Amino acid sequence: MQLIDQKTKHIMEGCKERARSAGLRFQDETLEYIVSNRDMIELMQKNMIPTLYDYWVHDVEVLKEKGKYELYPSNPYETVINTRPAISFYNDNNPDWLNVMIFYHVLAHIDFFQNNLYFQHTWDYDLAGKALADKRLITRLRSEHGRWVDYVIEFARGIDNLVAYHSELSRFHKFDNGCSKRVNYYFDVFLQQEKKVSTSEYVKRLNRYNECLKERGELGEDAFFAELLTQHPEFDAAFEKYQSDTSPASLDLLQFLIDHSPVLNRNENKWMKSVLEIVRTTSIYFQPQVRTKIMNEGWASYWHEQLFLQDDRINGHEVDFARVNAAVTAMPKMGLNPYALGLRLFNWIEAQAQRGCYSMDYQRLQGLEERRHFSNNSDQTHGRDFIFKVREDCCDFTFINSFVDQEFIDHNKLFVAGRRLNRGRMVWEYYVRSRKADSYRNMLYDSLYHPPKIEIVSGQGTDGALYLRHRNEGKPLVQEYIANTMLGIEFLWGGPVKLETEDAELDSDQETDEEGRPVNINWSKVLYNMHDRKLTKERL
Amino acid sequence: MKKTAPSIEQASDRRPTRSATGVEQQERAFAAQIAPPPPINDLFATDDFSAIQDMSPGKGPVYHSIRSLDDLLERDRIRELDGFPRKIKLGRLVKPVREKGDKVIVVPTTVEEKFLHDNRFLQQSEQGQQGGGHGDGEEGEVIGEQPVHANEEGEGSGAGQGSSSPHEIDASAYDLGRILTEKFQLPNLKEKGKKRSLTRYTYDLTDKNRGFGQILDKKATLRQILETNIGLGNLADIDAIDPSEFLIAPKDKVYRILSREKDLESQAVVFFIRDYSGSMVGNPTELVVTQHILIYSWLLFQYAGQVETRFILHDTEAKEVEDFYTYYNSRVAGGTQVAAGYSLINSIVAEESLSTDYNIYVFHGTDGDDWDREGQQAILELKKMLAYANRVGITVAERAHVAPGTTLMELYLKRSGLLRQATNLLRLDSMKDDAAEERIIEGIRTLVSE
Repeated sequence: MQLIDQKTKHIMEGCKERARSAGLRFQDETLEYIVSNRDMIELMQKNMIPTLYDYWVHDVEVLKEKGKYELYPSNPYETVINTRPAISFYNDNNPDWLNVMIFYHVLAHIDFFQNNLYFQHTWDYDLAGKALADKRLITRLRSEHGRWVDYVIEFARGIDNLVAYHSELSRFHKFDNGCSKRVNYYFDVFLQQEKKVSTSEYVKRLNRYNECLKERGELGEDAFFAELLTQHPEFDAAFEKYQSDTSPASLDLLQFLIDHSPVLNRNENKWMKSVLEIVRTTSIYFQPQVRTKIMNEGWASYWHEQLFLQDDRINGHEVDFARVNAAVTAMPKMGLNPYALGLRLFNWIEAQAQRGCYSMDYQRLQGLEERRHFSNNSDQTHGRDFIFKVREDCCDFTFINSFVDQEFIDHNKLFVAGRRLNRGRMVWEYYVRSRKADSYRNMLYDSLYHPPKIEIVSGQGTDGALYLRHRNEGKPLVQEYIANTMLGIEFLWGGPVKLETEDAELDSDQETDEEGRPVNINWSKVLYNMHDRKLTKERL
Repeated sequence: MKKTAPSIEQASDRRPTRSATGVEQQERAFAAQIAPPPPINDLFATDDFSAIQDMSPGKGPVYHSIRSLDDLLERDRIRELDGFPRKIKLGRLVKPVREKGDKVIVVPTTVEEKFLHDNRFLQQSEQGQQGGGHGDGEEGEVIGEQPVHANEEGEGSGAGQGSSSPHEIDASAYDLGRILTEKFQLPNLKEKGKKRSLTRYTYDLTDKNRGFGQILDKKATLRQILETNIGLGNLADIDAIDPSEFLIAPKDKVYRILSREKDLESQAVVFFIRDYSGSMVGNPTELVVTQHILIYSWLLFQYAGQVETRFILHDTEAKEVEDFYTYYNSRVAGGTQVAAGYSLINSIVAEESLSTDYNIYVFHGTDGDDWDREGQQAILELKKMLAYANRVGITVAERAHVAPGTTLMELYLKRSGLLRQATNLLRLDSMKDDAAEERIIEGIRTLVSE
């Protein structure tokens, strides 16, 4: 692994200028490394983060091909990682023109990392540095505690897909109504939950509060509560009690264990908490990458195409570029290519926005012809501005949900494919199952990363058991994995763990709807119980 | 990375659910070769390295890994002592990404278990959804087809694809067998029936001897005479040799002489037979091929290559395939006729008269389904088989929703009474199709134990 040579670096600095003038925004410094295939082995296991902690599973991963994504929810590899400065990797035998193309691709990725709001929590620190510190800590712990460190890592990683990533993000968008805690408590909790006053009464109080503010300004609030004491002398005591009762809730299972696990809070086990912390922050860091795969690759493909073709220094390599680019962004006849889909979506959105199709006027139109010829003559850059906005605000789900419409499907001749066995001729037939936008979207949703929602239910656990509830979203959990995952939670919790979930059983008629999904699913509530490393299951 | 995205016309004979198998050796001019697009359920499998930069991860020898396989297994053993179940599994065939010649190796794997949504049950029906597509065609129109029993390997068990020389499998399978035997204490196969010695002596005129013997080796003798006479200086002029001038010493005569020769031969032939009908899709196939590769590896180790293996696949018809790799990776479809498979084995044994020279073992993997509900044909063929076989081991991988022991095959085997009469020759083991590795190895014990 070595830094790229000065000549290439100079070319890349030129790329940055061109990318900036096109509207991409990213930090000045970037690092480029040339890597050999041998380096790749080391890097690939660690999600391309050179400084990630060592873990034996990575060694096994070297010995085998990467499995299906569902089985190994790791993060998609990148040629560029979201560090500060952003580091990108290049094959040691790339020609210059190809490096330029890749560098444009990389710049678009960097722009995405540094502007898409789903990455907001990664903007204020450098992962490479933090990972290195974590790695050293884990190495030190290994020298003290041996293999138990690996068990803790394993058990923590077993639940690292349940991290409260969205809660983490929402820290950046805390809505504050400008009222004091006391006022919030009075109107939100005291009146509604404790006194259960009628609506008219509630409005009357509210008006009274506003009057006080008008009359007394700064002192209004105090005056209001002073008046209140005559009516509710118990208010102050209730407010204090409320404040002492509610500590901020743990956001997710890992955090909950760190905060409340009796075992982890024993003195001799305190070190485990730092391991959990490392696993948790690492997982949260990588969450947005998994959730923006189609957008990220689409965005990067869009820009490497745009910028490369405008780059005057690449004259003579148009054909080479066309070959590589076509292969990267070709729509497969069967299957799904995130590069191709994302690129077409961004192109489509840009063209549509340029005509003003994301407006009420357009949405109201019924006729195909009218829609086709609609244009509200917006200014030249409207389309481009719009996709910049999209790149800032969306993740894969909202991207697909908002913009994959019937017109897009028809325009690109997309369909959902099906497969059936023709017994007569003994062949598998692949056929066009559906050209409906709904079906296509559903198929895409199925392929997106979506960890299950597991809630911690307080007060349900008896004898110190931890009670978890899986919220049914139409899919059961992968049964084979439940045992070991719960074994890990039990270890970290130090007591029995219960998991409430629902099993799906299919009717034997194998009836399916037009999406090819089974129609008759019988859900039955079950309770898994992990006690002393034995898993039992009972129907509820 | 030597793959091309499928062309529109080709789509019919390819597996759209995996990456291309049509390996084209394109010369690398400037353009990097591009990986074909991933299937829908593998959205996250593509990355910039494979798509743009022609870089393949994992290329290179395994010893790059920090720990050896033995270390990892040792770790796993200690793990068990610490009270946690083992995590490393063995016996998967894997094609390293874009290796030249599509190599296949046997490797340990491990899974990081998590709470995950299970998409499989949405795709259980035969009419399963196959992901996205792009192109022309009305809804319902067939855009391509793919023969069920193509020679091109497919989702044997979702393992890799390509073709391999059996040798490559053997090398790593041998390791696997060693590990299995050592770590899992599998029983050593005992010889039964007409035990043949590994060595058979034949007498042949192979040794050469000077001075006396049964047959004069004229050519060698002439050579020897020439040598002697050159030494004596009797060959003054090479162009005009006069043989009458030659002196012949008694030692010059070279005779062929009878001698005892070892004749190595295999002492066992093992038939692997598996049901690859439509009902086997998914777990049952996974389980059967896993078990078979374990048995195969272990036999390789036991007999150090002295075992002959034959591979049979059957649905309603049976066919023999040439190597384990094809056996492992053949696609599944069609109905089920157990008898077809058994009768093929019987005819192979009869034609090649294997039963006179070999111990014969048959390992059969199925989900217990049979279109011949009474199993008359199958029982008939099985009886024939038991007449010559040392052991027939049948593994039934039961679907999760089937009550244990109620599959058609188990029922008719029980009714036939063969299991009781020929307990020494016939073993049946049934497990749920999601059984763990340990259970599979336990199953092997059941099948091969005395």
